[in-house]
Amino acid sequence: MTSVVATPQTDAGDVPPEVSERVRHENRLGQRLVAPAVVVMLIVTAFPILRALYLSFYSYSLTAPDERELIGFSNYVTALTDQLFWRDIGVTVLYMVVTVAIELVIGFAFALVMHRVIFARGLIRTSILIPYGIITVVSGFAWQFAFTYQNGFVNGWLPFIDADFNWFGDTVPAVIAIMVSEIWKTTPFMSLLLLAGLAQVSEDMVEAAKVDGATWWQRMWKVVIPNMRAAIMVAVLFRALDAYRIFDNIFVMTAGAEGTESISFLTYRQSIEQFQLGMGSALAVLLFLSVLLVAFTIVKLFRVDLAQARGE
Amino acid sequence: MNELKQKIGLGVGVALVLAWCLLPVAWILSLSFKSQAAVSNGSDPGFLPLDSFAGLENYRAVWEDDQFRRAIINSIGISLIATVLSVMIATLAAYAIARLEFKGKKMVLTTALAIAMFPVVSLVSPLFDLWRTIGLYDTWPGLILPYMSFTLPLAIWTLSAFFREIPWEMEQAAQVDGATSWQAFRKVIVPLAAPGVFTAAILTFFFAWNDFVFGITLTSTEAARPIPAALSFFVGPDPFQRPASLLAAAAVVATIPIVLIVLFFQRKIVAGLTSGAVKG
Repeated sequence: MTSVVATPQTDAGDVPPEVSERVRHENRLGQRLVAPAVVVMLIVTAFPILRALYLSFYSYSLTAPDERELIGFSNYVTALTDQLFWRDIGVTVLYMVVTVAIELVIGFAFALVMHRVIFARGLIRTSILIPYGIITVVSGFAWQFAFTYQNGFVNGWLPFIDADFNWFGDTVPAVIAIMVSEIWKTTPFMSLLLLAGLAQVSEDMVEAAKVDGATWWQRMWKVVIPNMRAAIMVAVLFRALDAYRIFDNIFVMTAGAEGTESISFLTYRQSIEQFQLGMGSALAVLLFLSVLLVAFTIVKLFRVDLAQARGE
Repeated sequence: MNELKQKIGLGVGVALVLAWCLLPVAWILSLSFKSQAAVSNGSDPGFLPLDSFAGLENYRAVWEDDQFRRAIINSIGISLIATVLSVMIATLAAYAIARLEFKGKKMVLTTALAIAMFPVVSLVSPLFDLWRTIGLYDTWPGLILPYMSFTLPLAIWTLSAFFREIPWEMEQAAQVDGATSWQAFRKVIVPLAAPGVFTAAILTFFFAWNDFVFGITLTSTEAARPIPAALSFFVGPDPFQRPASLLAAAAVVATIPIVLIVLFFQRKIVAGLTSGAVKG
């Protein structure tokens, strides 16, 4: 019997024939088992993104589908020379940097509490999973109502804020409100990843540092944090990419008004609300490329090693 | 003395964590019991429903709303089907990744990672166009398919981390002891693998339940619109005044399944979240 799946010659040279038969069998079985997953993952992503690439060179509006016309890079030029695009990129990066930084600090504090605590462990873990599991839209509503001056409690609780202060009337307070909802919902995820990292730090090492007279602060910075670097980096990478794609909270809380729009929201607005599929596709491609750029920058900048973090 | 100080510090920390997690939940719960009239004229601001307690009135209104009832059914059905299919496919893939050596393994893991980082919104316009062409727009399968694609990476990563920990030699050991290979699989491997599969299923369900982008762009009627999308379109009788307390009641209803899952499976979720991403 001849097999179509041939092992490359470099391998065949130094592997005995009967092993090579087994290797070939394992190869085929492995590929068959992963095939459905790969196909399903690619159907909904690879094909549409290629289609978006194609449509992005057209002037194509759903309001006038018959007037589709090839216009080359015009959509890209329009997008990249528009101030709106750069403003939204700026706002998106701001959301990402601020939320991830705050989440990292609070998440680390929460992880320390969960790591040390001996009583009520179940209660704390159950509570911390509620924001994690809650629908982002629900979190958005909860915080939007909390921030409104008619019904919310935030103005009443913050002593330095007037009772009738309108959080959604200007860019800065509206962005803060959106960030609060985002941070509330995703800090638990960050803290659970960091908790797993903390569990890997050897207690003996921390004890030894303590015996040597290191203060709590020194133990954190010199022993604990360097030893859980991989976990921190993975948490930051995942959360940063997630934050860069922020959409739900903006949709629910401000609908992009007052300059709170992110790049994801702009893309959505162009394609779905304005029916500009050509322009929307160009923005989709730019969004895709910008996510790649952000991922690449984070991996390079912080030297994230995913394989090491997975213990491979 | 020092120990006491530490204990107090820890107690304060626990209180802060609990307040952080539960305060907004308490707020939406409290809002759902305020009367709609009090909310729309702002007569009872503040955290608790003091003179505007409406009992279950809002919940009754939500339940009688046809669109919302449909949305709950859609969400439960779509999320469950997507979860089962996604976990089945992911189990096959994760088994291969954890146990077999084959060409393209790295490629699969890289693809999964790339999909996990994919900006969902960039698919919105091409999928919207494509789904309308092939008739998947505003149907259950039209949402199940994207949910599967985007939950597979998480499920594969979580499951392969779990499967790597399973002592597979035990299967052979059972066979040596006289078990048939089916018995060995069913009595030895399935009980060991089940917790991992279950955890992956919970995380997958959370993702599908939470999705908003596909929900608003790939549906247009209550035929397939899931809860998050229905919530955002829920305007009530007066379109100029969002019925905050009604929405809050609907939000509470949408949160109940999550709270139940968390209450029952807290340990498994934590294990799944931490094993998939970081392993020592």
